[in-house]
Amino acid sequence: MIRLPLVLFFSAALFSIGVYGVLARRNAVLVLMSIELMLNAVNVNLIGFSQLWRDLTGQVFALFVIAVAAAEVGIGLAIVILVYRNRETINLDEVNLLKW
Amino acid sequence: MEAAAGSAGLAKYAWVIALLPLLSAPLILFFGKRTPGRGWTYGVASVGAAFVLSLGVLWNFVTGGGTHASAIDWFQIGSLHMTLGQYVDGLTAVMLVAVTAVSLCVHIYSIGYMHGDSRFTWFYVVLSIFTAAMLNVVIADNLFQLLVGWEVMGVCSYLLIGHWWEEHVNSSSAIKAFITTRIGDVPFMFGIFVLIAATGFTTSNIQEIGHLIGGGEMARGVVSIAALLLFGGAIGKSAQFPLHVWLPDAMVGPTPVSALIHAATMVAAGVYMVGRTYEVFINADPWVLQFVGVIGVITAVGAGLLGLVQDDIKRVLAYSTVSQLGYMITLMSAGPAGRNAAFFHLFTHAFFKALLFLGSGSVIHACHTNNMSEMGGMRKPMPITFWTFLVGSLALAGVPPLAGFFSKDELLVALEHDNQMVLFVLLLASAAVTAFYTARMVLQTFFGEYRGHGHPHESPVTMTGPLVFLAGATVSVGLLGAAQTGAPFFDWVFFEEPEHITFVPWVAALSVAAAVLGILGGWTVYREWRERDPIAILRGYTLLSKKYYLDEIYWRGIIRPVRDDVAAFVYWTNQRVLDGAVNGVAWVTRLFSRGVRTFDEEVIDGAVNGLGQTVGFTGGLLRYLQSGNVQRYAAFLFAGVVILAVIFTRI
Repeated sequence: MIRLPLVLFFSAALFSIGVYGVLARRNAVLVLMSIELMLNAVNVNLIGFSQLWRDLTGQVFALFVIAVAAAEVGIGLAIVILVYRNRETINLDEVNLLKW
Repeated sequence: MEAAAGSAGLAKYAWVIALLPLLSAPLILFFGKRTPGRGWTYGVASVGAAFVLSLGVLWNFVTGGGTHASAIDWFQIGSLHMTLGQYVDGLTAVMLVAVTAVSLCVHIYSIGYMHGDSRFTWFYVVLSIFTAAMLNVVIADNLFQLLVGWEVMGVCSYLLIGHWWEEHVNSSSAIKAFITTRIGDVPFMFGIFVLIAATGFTTSNIQEIGHLIGGGEMARGVVSIAALLLFGGAIGKSAQFPLHVWLPDAMVGPTPVSALIHAATMVAAGVYMVGRTYEVFINADPWVLQFVGVIGVITAVGAGLLGLVQDDIKRVLAYSTVSQLGYMITLMSAGPAGRNAAFFHLFTHAFFKALLFLGSGSVIHACHTNNMSEMGGMRKPMPITFWTFLVGSLALAGVPPLAGFFSKDELLVALEHDNQMVLFVLLLASAAVTAFYTARMVLQTFFGEYRGHGHPHESPVTMTGPLVFLAGATVSVGLLGAAQTGAPFFDWVFFEEPEHITFVPWVAALSVAAAVLGILGGWTVYREWRERDPIAILRGYTLLSKKYYLDEIYWRGIIRPVRDDVAAFVYWTNQRVLDGAVNGVAWVTRLFSRGVRTFDEEVIDGAVNGLGQTVGFTGGLLRYLQSGNVQRYAAFLFAGVVILAVIFTRI
């Protein structure tokens, strides 16, 4: 039986690594992967509290998040491929059309 | 009674008489130049028809047709109904005949007299309009309608006096006539307003106003004021002292015009109007009628004396006309018999004075001058003119049995009857003066040797025809009012009740004596032509030849001050005060507008632009946040989350 603080620390570390990846990486694929890390950090939290409260709702919700994450990655990768086809790069610094 | 039944309805159609010349005016104007005769045909035809109709109306009245009044609505202002109407009684019928007869003569006469004139057609247009206006005055049943005709006559008179406007003196005389009569017209108009106001703004009908006044519905003071104001119109139109000065100067117009307007019709309109509105005068304070009488007698005597010293034959006749009108006005103040006699004189005078004017025109036509000093001896080359002129002159002088004798005799009888002995003596003396200057005029024109340089000859038949007709009328119309014939005239025209004319032998004897005395005096003095007028040695000749200095007084006392000082003052006021005010307003407006513009440009635009610039500046600063770098957006997002987290954990 893993103790809850341990779970929370792990989750927080995982989330922080994700944030770092999202903000610091230039490669779009790695940014997408970092987002997966953040989502999974949330999943860890959900399951940890589900076990604490003996309530399955948290685990069900984690399953939903996994499903949504799969869909999100599907769409995200598709966008990355299209961007690559159009601009010959997936460096996020160069994909900066979303501005004034 | 057959005839009476046949023409019983004619009085109903009296308005047609006035309408005929009015219709012919545009016909002449638009088609006159294209028809043979250049337009006189329409004029003569319409006035001729009007004359026949007038005779019919008179006959209808004489055979017991009675008084007829009818009207149609014209317009309405508040409670005041204006009508176009006709009021046909004996006076109207007689006036219609006189006016149309003289007008017809003048129309025919002008064919010859105005032959070859460059504005021949236009002359007939105005002549027609004038005739229509005068007939309108005669038949009008209300004051407003009368005023319209009255003013139109004034305009036509102006146009006809100035017919030969190429000469400056003619147009000046036309202006003088117009303005002088207008000075009388203004009080006349106000008199009408006063009367209409006194009815409570209900009617302008002369008969109704007369009934109201007769019934004591109006205050005596108001009636007196109205009477005085109305009489102002008569002073102007009938050339009474002190506004008579325009009539002699009006003689510069064509002679037929003088015969029609300045002898027989327009100048008679003043007397006619006083007669029509008589209820106003007899119900006014007594001094109003006395004033009328005094003005009349001053005019009668004063103008008669002026007739003595004129060289222009038409001016002699003009002063004679003024003098005779003075007789009529005087008699308006002398009781019912006086009024009746005045209208009889008006009627006879219309014929013999038109005859005299047309006769003088015939002589002028032959001699090409108005001055008697350049005439003389016309008896031989122009016999018809001479004999007809002589008839007219004897009538004017008052020699029996011509028209002037009877009417002048009635005047004197009426005055004697009314016990106005001062007026009686003055008018009797004036009759002698009349005879004197008439004799002078005839002797200087027709007797002696010809002093001009032309080749005078008798006028064409279009001119002599009317002369003969009018001479016939002059001989015959007097009998209408003679006691010896039963005086039917006074059964037709009367105030209050039909008058029984009595023949007073001693008055008639005095009247004849005055006439004979005057003629003999004239014969003695003017039997032979002298270069210098024999009466010039008399005291007062200068006064007369200067026309009592009246023109001088008007010139110095009124016209020049008005022209120079008042006009200068008005000019100054206009330039400085009015223009100054206008310019000042403009200046203030410009100043204000400039202020408004500055406010608009600086404050309003400034606020709007400032707002825009502020927004733009702020936006310019903020846009650096939106760099297009997704990761920076994400960084903001997380920063926001952290800030929210800090805030929530604090709470």
